Amino acid sequence: MTILNIDSVSKSFDGFRAINDLNLAIDKGELRAIIGPNGAGKTTMMDLITGRIRPDRGTLFFDTTHDLTRLDEAGTARLGIGRKFQKPTVIESLTVAENIDLALAGPRDVWSALRGPHGKSAVKERARLLDLVRLPDPDLLAGALSHGQKQWLEIAMLLAQKPRLLLVDEPAAGMTDAETMRTAELLRSLAGEHSIVVVEHDMDFVRALDCRVTVLHQGHVLAEGPLDHVSRNPEVIDVYLGR
Amino acid sequence: MRLIDRNMTVFLGGLFILTVAIPLMQGNILPGYAIQLAGKYLCYALLAVALDLVWGYAGILSLGHGAFFALGAYVMGMHLMREIGARGVYANPELPDFMVFLNWDSLPWYWLASGSFAATLALILLVPGCLAFVFGWFAFRARVSGVYLSIITQAMTYALMLAFFRNEMGFGGNNGLTDFKDLLGVSLSSPEMRLVLFIASALALAGGLLLARAITASHLGRVLVAIRDAESRTRFLGYRVEHYKLFVWTVSAMMAGVAGALYVPQVGIVNPGEFAPANSIEVVIWVALGGRGTLAGAALGAIVVALARTLLTGWLPDAWLYALGALFILVTLYLPKGIVGALGDLRPARKQSKEVPA
Repeated sequence: MTILNIDSVSKSFDGFRAINDLNLAIDKGELRAIIGPNGAGKTTMMDLITGRIRPDRGTLFFDTTHDLTRLDEAGTARLGIGRKFQKPTVIESLTVAENIDLALAGPRDVWSALRGPHGKSAVKERARLLDLVRLPDPDLLAGALSHGQKQWLEIAMLLAQKPRLLLVDEPAAGMTDAETMRTAELLRSLAGEHSIVVVEHDMDFVRALDCRVTVLHQGHVLAEGPLDHVSRNPEVIDVYLGR
Repeated sequence: MRLIDRNMTVFLGGLFILTVAIPLMQGNILPGYAIQLAGKYLCYALLAVALDLVWGYAGILSLGHGAFFALGAYVMGMHLMREIGARGVYANPELPDFMVFLNWDSLPWYWLASGSFAATLALILLVPGCLAFVFGWFAFRARVSGVYLSIITQAMTYALMLAFFRNEMGFGGNNGLTDFKDLLGVSLSSPEMRLVLFIASALALAGGLLLARAITASHLGRVLVAIRDAESRTRFLGYRVEHYKLFVWTVSAMMAGVAGALYVPQVGIVNPGEFAPANSIEVVIWVALGGRGTLAGAALGAIVVALARTLLTGWLPDAWLYALGALFILVTLYLPKGIVGALGDLRPARKQSKEVPA
């Protein structure tokens, strides 16, 4: 069973083909790494999946029935697609706990928000998540966290949304080696319960994920398979892995 | 977050003391027009709170909030015109003087409800609220934000000013609405009515502050701050940003309308000059001076500037604009977070120094 189906999708910006006849299917519970040189269309692909932009051609389906091309960012988020940005984006003038509260699954409309935050179960869930990402002080302002800690907070926020599909853009950027390995370990442990797509440049990190890899080049899938398999592909070596 | 925080306690306490003290001191310590003047300041303060709600918390820098204030003012002004009745220069029991002058023979449809005080109260909220809703609906859905939004809010108030200058609009054109006599049968120049309007202004300001605080201290307030600081992130969390902006924008416009409606009977006139872009820009300065995102600070900023203006025009009639300009420059340079922000910065420093063992 697939959670995400991208079928013959193309998208151009001012004549530049950012995505060119892209086909990609992610299974339920799968962990998938997407690699590719700069400008391969990784971020555009994320934008298409989350409804930020619409494709010129092709279809995107979530859980086989939901047409993602008809939804906006909030719509895809409510459907269960969580996205982590390359640059950690947390709400810096709110505390760690308040950041999590914003992300916790629950109603998102104005009137519910006015009535107040979520109930007691939310407090428990918040504590569990902060424990998971090892952020001890919930009352600290998010702006005071280190770069790595902000990445972790954003991951915790992502999990708080209880997404079925997680899109993670370069999570290891700006992390220490130890943090990078811990992140890989966390993502591996989350697979199964969630489906996860990770875009990453760091090959050690991709190796640590130990999963199926898709190589993207000029908005098109160049190769797909286990890392050892794709890294022997001459085309992949030519465009990406190193000459 | 507590509903009444420290700033709010101090401000509301001060407001209460002044509301009691000013009427007592009028005529002996303070001049006879002190109540009217103070009532005017409180209306400005409410307008500043309305702007701070959208600018300080949702990051919407409106350069057109004067328009909502002016619309509330016109709604009230229309009712006051109808109350004049046959006591006008032309002694027409039905039509205000300017309509007689223009040879109109009946009231335009949009003046019909103005005869009723209850309808006027409703329209004070509805007219600015509806304009804000329609404007916000299009602007926020189209994801117009930042400086572009500021520019179209400025264009909105400018367009309204030009429209209200036209005699054919039926709002008194250039001269606006004036020569008001009484409200609910009581003369506007009577000391009792002045006192009531002053107290009503103080209550409206306190109510506006508490409402704004209730909104910003709720979970919705967190969402607004998230939108202000990371709009895109907030969308990906599943929040429809445009709905939140529209809600707070409309509430803010209604608050500004109430301020305008209380202002008119205390100054005795409303004309298209109220829509002037410069007025709206000045509101931004009040909020910045008092402290953006502090609510009570915004109200304080409005009162400080209004008081400074009154005093400076008396002391330095030729140079007061320069003095006011210098005040703004000094505050921007030395108090970037405004008066309340600067006071807040002082507090932890004092606490730390206490913790140092003697």
